[in-house]
Amino acid sequence: MDREVIVSFEDFGFQYTAQAEPTLYHINLKIHKGEKVLIAGPSGCGKSTLAHCINGLVPGSYPGTMTGSLTVGGKNVQELGIFGLSKTVGTVLQDSDGQFIGLTVAEDIAFALENDCMPTEEMHKEVERIAELVDVKEVLKHAPHEISGGQKQRVGLGGVMVGPVDVLLFDEPLANLDPATGKQAIVLIDEIQKRTGCAVIIIEHRVEDVLYRPVDRVVVMGDGHIQYDGDPDTLLCSDLLPQKGIREPLYVTALKYAGVALTPEMRPSYLPELSLSDVQKEAVRAWFDRLPAPETLPEREILLRAEKIDFTYEGGHHALRGIDAVIRKGEMVSIVGTNGAGKSTFSKVVCGFEKAQSGVLELGGVDLNTLSIKERADHIGYVMQNPNQMISQTKIFDEVALGLRNRNVPEEEIRDRVEKTLKICGLYPFRNWPVSALSYGQRKRVTIASILVLDPEMILLDEPTAGQDLKHYTEIMDFLNELNQQGVTVVLITHDMHLMLEYTPRAIVFHAGEVIADKTAAEVLNTPDIVERAHLKETSLYHLSALCGIGDPEEFTRRFIARDREVRI
Amino acid sequence: MINLFNYIDRPSRIHRLTGACKLICLITWSLAAMTSFYTPLLLAMTVLSFILFHAAKLRVKDISFMLGLMAAYIVLNNVLIFLFSPDHGTSIYGTETVLIKLFGPYAITAEQLFYHLNVILKTGCTIPIVLLFVCTTNPSEFAASLNRVGVSYKISYAVALALRYIPDIQREYRDISLAQQARGTEMSKKASLVKRLKAASAILIPLILSSMERIETISNAMELRGFGKGAKRTWYSGRKFSKLDLVSIAACTALMLLSFLITFLNGSRYFNPFI
Repeated sequence: MDREVIVSFEDFGFQYTAQAEPTLYHINLKIHKGEKVLIAGPSGCGKSTLAHCINGLVPGSYPGTMTGSLTVGGKNVQELGIFGLSKTVGTVLQDSDGQFIGLTVAEDIAFALENDCMPTEEMHKEVERIAELVDVKEVLKHAPHEISGGQKQRVGLGGVMVGPVDVLLFDEPLANLDPATGKQAIVLIDEIQKRTGCAVIIIEHRVEDVLYRPVDRVVVMGDGHIQYDGDPDTLLCSDLLPQKGIREPLYVTALKYAGVALTPEMRPSYLPELSLSDVQKEAVRAWFDRLPAPETLPEREILLRAEKIDFTYEGGHHALRGIDAVIRKGEMVSIVGTNGAGKSTFSKVVCGFEKAQSGVLELGGVDLNTLSIKERADHIGYVMQNPNQMISQTKIFDEVALGLRNRNVPEEEIRDRVEKTLKICGLYPFRNWPVSALSYGQRKRVTIASILVLDPEMILLDEPTAGQDLKHYTEIMDFLNELNQQGVTVVLITHDMHLMLEYTPRAIVFHAGEVIADKTAAEVLNTPDIVERAHLKETSLYHLSALCGIGDPEEFTRRFIARDREVRI
Repeated sequence: MINLFNYIDRPSRIHRLTGACKLICLITWSLAAMTSFYTPLLLAMTVLSFILFHAAKLRVKDISFMLGLMAAYIVLNNVLIFLFSPDHGTSIYGTETVLIKLFGPYAITAEQLFYHLNVILKTGCTIPIVLLFVCTTNPSEFAASLNRVGVSYKISYAVALALRYIPDIQREYRDISLAQQARGTEMSKKASLVKRLKAASAILIPLILSSMERIETISNAMELRGFGKGAKRTWYSGRKFSKLDLVSIAACTALMLLSFLITFLNGSRYFNPFI
């Protein structure tokens, strides 16, 4: 490749001041002008640090020591500093809400220009131009809470494109988006790159979603080292991704299970161009026929019954319009839908945080409306998305014991129940640790334990796996699955398709304050109308089954998921 | 949810004034009102402030909460003045006209009542103007206008951001508090003071932690887009002064000078009807 090198790491290493071990070792990596590179890796592999080195947050905001050399646009990063780097590298952060600085869309796009002291009139023209490029012209005067997640990300992209940057850096662009919006984001990134010729670096562990549009190169990180640096097709033919704790595209896994030997020439990294020979298609069909059909679950008695629930917020927003739903005893159910579809509001109504204006809400035949928030909590536990919003004690034992102490349970009994719960949650060895010493995933467990200790019949979790890599995702979900097997009813609010397919036999789909579907996860994803309205995404298994001439993609998905879980456990 | 800093968008001339102009007018107006006890001037300013309030097309119900606060402040202020210095009016105006004799040193005098009238007028002519500024200045323009009157842009932006996050933090506070209540944290008056303080910390600690996360994200985002690299910056929402702006500033400055002049000519800050 004779294109100009724009980012160059040479035997580069980095160690945070606050840490005992380096985070990056001997990194050798070159990124050329106009190239599109995916950097993948599990949490804690150093991929975010790598990104922070490129945009200057390291060592600007997160101090530490660098070894070796890193140049951007031919200049040493330490000489450029964060402001110098911002001229070359535009960074779109993971949290499209949190990075929204301006009070309106237009001001947010203008932010970098303001800092460059561009005269106001000129700035207005430039903002117009960019708004057109990222297609947010209609909402220039809107505040962040008035636009959708996808639009926010467009604004974020616009905000870093106002200068003539050479590199666009995306830090986990898919983490906070629903599946359909994530797909659009990948298309947008692709278009922008073609139009501007920037180098694009995408940091993401959701490889399949990024590969919705082709990338030139994939870099796999693990334990602070580069494990792979090359074309995506060769990578997918190997087993490196699953070995490193990264989920490979589902269709690739399915092909491997079916015994199809993948070669780069088959173009496994880009589904629309994937080519299979007739023999290979036959192998997939034969594998499908061999797989046992997963058993369907028996009907169970109803635990929670919601009938015609109607709720309007004080400001007049009609959030729930006649919701009918049942949750059965011992079930594991997911509630899916776009942001603002009413799924969070519904869970708040169930927990008593909000009071429905009309409708019936019963738990085991008892009218929930007669119970206070605290009384409902004895039956229904609610786990918030961000564990940091729940944890208030410094010691793990105390955090888990809090609910019992508030209920004046004798200290003897508290000790027994807390220790038992900590054992179930795998936190017993840490019981005397400070909460601050735990990782995000462990904190999540602490919050689940603090709810579980109250012995509820049902727990309701809001986005339990948001922002988690495959390893932590599997850990959390297997743990919930175990709880479920011990008889706890589990309800998950999510927009993760894998989660829904893999762990919850049934899915309730919300859209604009109504329930638009209540069926098996595989059925939901096979109904195009629902997929579109609820901003979901069909899995690549459907395309694969169509490609191989399997008539029942739904059954194919179910059998694959059942098989995949056996293999992974 | 109570909106303390609520921009109310209505088509009025006052809305169209630039934020910087309104801020300058607010400052000069307040100086004029603060330094003087000249009753006719205060009376005129109070009347004028209500007229301006009306001209901004604001309605009483838009700001009922703020008005309540203002009324409470006026009552408290006057009660305290009377309790701690019941003969302040007498010492200012030099005469003593007892209307009603109360117990001990307390008596209601005409001078004291007149002094209270002045105090009420001073508050009455300032607070509507403050509310006017708050309700008619687009928050986007707020930082730009602070910067325009000489406050460093970093501080201006910090203030604007803080104001903007108030509703977010209110919402988060509510969510955290509900989740804590579900775990049985008692926050009503039923619990003892110690328990309630503990309960408050159970909400504040998570609130502070998650606010820190928020601050980290936003400050990274700001730095990555070059905030703080120069001594100056421009503003997307900054506007040039219009004729109406200049006229308003001139009028308010004139008012302030008039107030100073009256004090100077009168030889005292007080208007004295008793001699």
